[in-house]
Amino acid sequence: MTDLAVQFAGVTKKYPHFALTDIDLELSTGGIMGFVGANGAGKSTTIRILMGLVHQDCGTVDVLGHAMPMQQAVAKRDVGFVSEDMRLYGPLTLAWHMNFVRSIYPGWDQRYAEDLLRRFDLKVEQKIKGLSHGQRVKAALLLALARRPRLLVLDEPTTGLDPVARREVLSELMAVLADEERTIFFSSQNTLDVEQISDQITFIDRGRIIESANKESFLDRWRRMRLMLPPNAVLPRLPGIVEVGGSARLPVLTVSRFEPAMVAACQDAGVAVQAVDAMTLEEIFIVNVQNRREREVA
Amino acid sequence: MYLQIMEQIREKVAVGEWAPGEEIPSIRMMAVAIRVSVITVKRAYLELEREGVIVTQQGKGSFVATDPGLAPRLFDREFNEHIEQAVRIGTLLGLSSQEMALRLRDTASQISENQVRDEDLAKETL
Repeated sequence: MTDLAVQFAGVTKKYPHFALTDIDLELSTGGIMGFVGANGAGKSTTIRILMGLVHQDCGTVDVLGHAMPMQQAVAKRDVGFVSEDMRLYGPLTLAWHMNFVRSIYPGWDQRYAEDLLRRFDLKVEQKIKGLSHGQRVKAALLLALARRPRLLVLDEPTTGLDPVARREVLSELMAVLADEERTIFFSSQNTLDVEQISDQITFIDRGRIIESANKESFLDRWRRMRLMLPPNAVLPRLPGIVEVGGSARLPVLTVSRFEPAMVAACQDAGVAVQAVDAMTLEEIFIVNVQNRREREVA
Repeated sequence: MYLQIMEQIREKVAVGEWAPGEEIPSIRMMAVAIRVSVITVKRAYLELEREGVIVTQQGKGSFVATDPGLAPRLFDREFNEHIEQAVRIGTLLGLSSQEMALRLRDTASQISENQVRDEDLAKETL
């Protein structure tokens, strides 16, 4: 058995106006991956391929040890999926939906479902069409969570939620991970959510993976160096400079492969290092995407 | 983010909320409780272990170090960090070290005066 819950290798899917190219992804069991990208970057297509809803042109996809899309029926017994465009039946109640899902999945945990009802502040007798957006998201999540799937796949679970609902959802996702055998793959445009709860971060842009790494080492590699250049000094050559901003005398370097030795290299060249600042995931994402797009043009 | 977690744990240990030798939550439990990824908590625990604040025993869990000098050392460290920060801002303001020392002394005497006054007031109202 592999300890990878999800594995993509060389996955490609071509559409007339969009292509997902050479997607490689690995998510270990017990981990949580945040999948970040702008609108139209290929997040949903990737997730649909993961779920066997769209078939790749080439490359292999393994979900819980099952090859997708061929073995999707077996894999899906243990996968819970929630996406924005998933519709519940408007005229029917949440109780009806809970009974429906329970009749299909033997792993349904009624006590956990009742706990979730309380924590999400949902009422079983309520009809779906009467629910707010936030309540609908929480209802769909409840239906997926109470099955206790080994893998949760969530397409934009926190988009459009108010701060309280977002917090409830993030708490519940973290609670799932208390069990080391459970894994979560979620996409988001909200880099704050991703930065907070994910172990692995993957950036996708224009149908290609531009980074996929352990969050801590990833955040450590990116730094902004604020320098002061005396009149006759020249910037030393440093590896991994992604962007040079600021002014001629007060340059600000954005580096993607920061090492403490870089500070010493600047000082040796007579350049004063005023500060080395950590960057938020949002800043890293924007610089990273812009930089790659510029290089593609050039 | 791991720096914030380290800070909070150091504080708990410094004020004695987590006693020397006491077992602290596992990495996963802590992550769930504060809604922060496992990998970030793992990083914070590793760094705290390096600092000698906690001890992790394979398969047993993590514990507050049984070093009697730990709590005062943590307070001392926090004190130093604040002083460094104050000096950095003072330098930006163009204050000399004498001026900074004077300001520090003034603040200290002002705070102790206020404390005396509050105590007197408290006595009067009794």
